[in-house]
Amino acid sequence: MRLLRLVAVAWWLQLKMRSRSAFDGLLSLLWPGFFATTIFMMFRQGDASGPALLSAAVGSSAMGIWSAVSTTAAFALQMERRQGTLELLVLAPQPFALLLVPLTLSMATIGAYSMVATLLWGRIAFGIDISIADPAAFVLAVIVTVFAIGMLGMLIAISSIRYRTAWALGSAIEMPVWLICGFLVAINDLPAWVRPLSAVLAPTWGVAAMRAAATGHSPWANLGWCLLTAASYGVIAVLVSRWMVHSARANATLALS
Amino acid sequence: MNSLRLFFVGGLISYRALFGWLSPWILVPTFLFAPLFQIFLFVYIGRTAGVNDDRFFLIGNAVVNAAVPCLFAMGNTIGGERNAGTLPLLIASPAKRVPLFLGRALPVILNGFLVAVFALVVGALLLRVDLPPATWGGIAVAIAACSISCTGLGLLGAAVALRVRETAVMSNIVLGTLIVFAGVNVPVTAMPGWMQGVAQWLPMTHGIHATHDLAAGRSLGSVSGALLTELLLGAFYATLGLTLLRWLEWESRARATLDTA
Repeated sequence: MRLLRLVAVAWWLQLKMRSRSAFDGLLSLLWPGFFATTIFMMFRQGDASGPALLSAAVGSSAMGIWSAVSTTAAFALQMERRQGTLELLVLAPQPFALLLVPLTLSMATIGAYSMVATLLWGRIAFGIDISIADPAAFVLAVIVTVFAIGMLGMLIAISSIRYRTAWALGSAIEMPVWLICGFLVAINDLPAWVRPLSAVLAPTWGVAAMRAAATGHSPWANLGWCLLTAASYGVIAVLVSRWMVHSARANATLALS
Repeated sequence: MNSLRLFFVGGLISYRALFGWLSPWILVPTFLFAPLFQIFLFVYIGRTAGVNDDRFFLIGNAVVNAAVPCLFAMGNTIGGERNAGTLPLLIASPAKRVPLFLGRALPVILNGFLVAVFALVVGALLLRVDLPPATWGGIAVAIAACSISCTGLGLLGAAVALRVRETAVMSNIVLGTLIVFAGVNVPVTAMPGWMQGVAQWLPMTHGIHATHDLAAGRSLGSVSGALLTELLLGAFYATLGLTLLRWLEWESRARATLDTA
């Protein structure tokens, strides 16, 4: 119960802080919106309709969740370092990885705002019929996807702790993940060597589950894989963070130089 | 002579000092990796949506990536000075403003040009898109025109940075606007009328259109009108930027503060 309270309180605090940031709050809403608008126009130009257009709308809207996490998660620990709070996080009497869960979950939650905004934008500006076949399963799929992307963000955050300009890495992996996780392009349309990479990325399963729920197919298998991959990120993140904290204690520093 | 020195030497020093993206740890992912994946993303989406050909998306997305350094580096000419604490020194200096800021634009233009050329060449090789050697010269001229015009818009952004602290957010919004409106992934002619109207006033629109024509085999002379319009737009935004800089600088002196809050 104490751990849940820790995650909930820290998530709410981080969410309020990020909502007031122009970069994390405003740009996380607008940036995927520019791409979604372009994509809606492309599909309209290709005379897409019905399920194809709905599928594009779901994929475009989910882009915002990843977009809100990729750059900010990669830079999260550099920001803590810059603010002088990284030492406090490492010294806190809780596992370091656990303290990062609410941080990256708050980013993914902002992405969920972006997702709703993009779906509304598609409905209002492009007249896309957002008829979700199984709304309850769709909402569950969104929640699981937000959680899974948050966990992936945590892994990225911990892995990039020694990379001073990690924001550039986070920014650079934004579009590759949109592409190889099948947000808008069927995985089968990608080169065969990409598919194993898609399979180990949780967003692939999350987006597939959302799309299945929206079009009336069963999302449960995809949701299971999404949770499994997210859990494996958590395990890896715990191991990496233990090694990182041990190294910091042994060297008596968290500084990069 | 002093102005020439300020233009060339000052511009180069400022670019190296203020544009922190020249580190290979930023340069490689931002200028080499990201543009290629933007091209791949839209090529595959285009195939899924059943519109246009790979070459259309290759050209649009390669050329628009020239805007990344043009917008962000120019924004940093003021934003970077503010972060470094040297903005008051810059404003107080007796240097002529036109060579000072246009000199800062020159390396940025070259940077934007090289980013777009790299994305176009490597993208064409990886996607096996045929760009005949006879078209290379004309395409290079068109990309250079796009880099120049976009740097003009970046100079306007630099002026706004005297009052807006979040220059990265502002530059991202401008870049997103170009991706939607400038005919990068959807031909301008396929857009609603009001969007076509906006597109005509944006850098990149005419340059990207000219690049498509050149890649299709048209001569440089036949697209000279589009390229001239592109350059005139760049000059328009640069003039607007220099004027705004002068006015905001005057206001800063009158109010005795450079703080934006």
